[in-house]
Amino acid sequence: MTSAEIEKIFRDETGRALATLIRLVGDFDLAEDALQEAFAAALERWPRTEMPANPRAWLVSVARNKAIDRIRRQIAFREKQPELTHEALLDAEIVPEENGAALDDDMLRLIFTCCHPSFAAEVQVALTLRTVCGLTTAQVARAFLVGEEAMAQRLVRAKQKIRLAGIPYEVPEREALGLRLRGVLAVIYLVFTEGYVATSGEALMRPDLAREAIRLARLLDALMPGRREVKGLLALMLLHDARRAGRQTEGGEIVLLEEQDRALWDQAQITEGLRLVEEALQLPGRPEAYAVQAAIAALHARAPNFQDTDWKQIAGLYEVLLRISPSAVIELNHAAAVSMVDGPARALDLIDALQARGGLDGYELLPAVRADLLRRLGRDRAAREAYLAASAATQLEPLRRLYARRLAELGP
Amino acid sequence: MQYLLMIYRSESEFFKLNDAGLAKLSADYGAFTQSIIQSGHFKAGDGLQPTTTATTVRVRDGKILTTDGPFAETREQLAGYYLVDAKDLDAAIEMASRIPGAKDGSVEIRPVMIYK
Repeated sequence: MTSAEIEKIFRDETGRALATLIRLVGDFDLAEDALQEAFAAALERWPRTEMPANPRAWLVSVARNKAIDRIRRQIAFREKQPELTHEALLDAEIVPEENGAALDDDMLRLIFTCCHPSFAAEVQVALTLRTVCGLTTAQVARAFLVGEEAMAQRLVRAKQKIRLAGIPYEVPEREALGLRLRGVLAVIYLVFTEGYVATSGEALMRPDLAREAIRLARLLDALMPGRREVKGLLALMLLHDARRAGRQTEGGEIVLLEEQDRALWDQAQITEGLRLVEEALQLPGRPEAYAVQAAIAALHARAPNFQDTDWKQIAGLYEVLLRISPSAVIELNHAAAVSMVDGPARALDLIDALQARGGLDGYELLPAVRADLLRRLGRDRAAREAYLAASAATQLEPLRRLYARRLAELGP
Repeated sequence: MQYLLMIYRSESEFFKLNDAGLAKLSADYGAFTQSIIQSGHFKAGDGLQPTTTATTVRVRDGKILTTDGPFAETREQLAGYYLVDAKDLDAAIEMASRIPGAKDGSVEIRPVMIYK
């Protein structure tokens, strides 16, 4: 067993192991420290002996013992026994049960804690990526384009706040659930987005993050059945993720939607996504943003090819989205859909008008969308400039290479 | 846990209240205070005289320096506080959201430090 393989197991198991440990020892920091010690023990032992049959159970059990040791040392150090540590010690004597439902509940508790509204949005995402998804602090820092030191500080402060401010480690009660759920979904979607198109680095996608986001949404859908926003988000992610195999070549080069081999799309996942979109749209209430985006993804999934996609309906659905949850991304996607209905010139007008209003300031995909429209209009010189700007704006290598190919096609 | 719920409001808006407005506000606070006394969360709570009555004290080089008024000029001023017992931050947020001043001012929640 190589250390790379062991690292992968740590990544996969951190969230669930930590979630269970926090319940067992009753303290976020203690659980995290103990898990780190268990990782160190595993790095030491696993390469030499046989891999445990259930690595997560092994990690939880070793970490639990480490935590008990620490609590015992603390108690011996101080004379009085604070009630909390005493309770934690008692709880920790219980052997963790390998009951699926209990583990799912642990995970949900951890998610709702990390996504507590008393944290700023970026702190919620950072905490979720670090603890639920098991990214290293360095990886979270890269996702946020900040230094590792600054991210470590931010995470330490957040975990301090959990403890000192008494942020509950539980799933909120029914009445507060709707509002809290919205925040959780936003975080899950951000995690998915990072998995779908990474912010930076060598790989276009991080399928593990996308899978983790889908898994979390499935959990929520099971726990809170009949919620349009959950079904909508799950459908949206399933339909996007279903295209994964078609989205890049074996060499890691980007294949755009118009050139994708649709036979590579995951049909089973599409079927599930389509069913969920139907369910989400049939539930009563006003149009809901995730469900509408999923409906757009469904139109792509159903289309036989790029040209024969129902672009008119897609443009219409983006107009609905612009009313209920306007954003720069939606504006750009709307313009791209309009370019397929009314042509690239009309789309370019839309984007330029928006840009003039300052609505797209600093949005990194803007030059890429403009470049594509200019290229289709045959305005090669302007297209070249836009591709160069797009290339400068991204930190993702496969995107840079895509722009380089486009530049080569345009000629000098 | 214990939390200090600090109520901030605009004093200039407060001074504009007429008698009926003041009576309504006083009744609202009375009802809220009674509700958290009855639910067993109340530890202490008071309204404060306006910032025009405040004195700020600093000791520099062993000398007591006093200045008239609050330390900093802000849009909202501390108007009162509650000290409450709450099971966790969610319970404290729920209580804070029912304080009449939360509707036009803001309530800052701070966990009270525990000395071991």
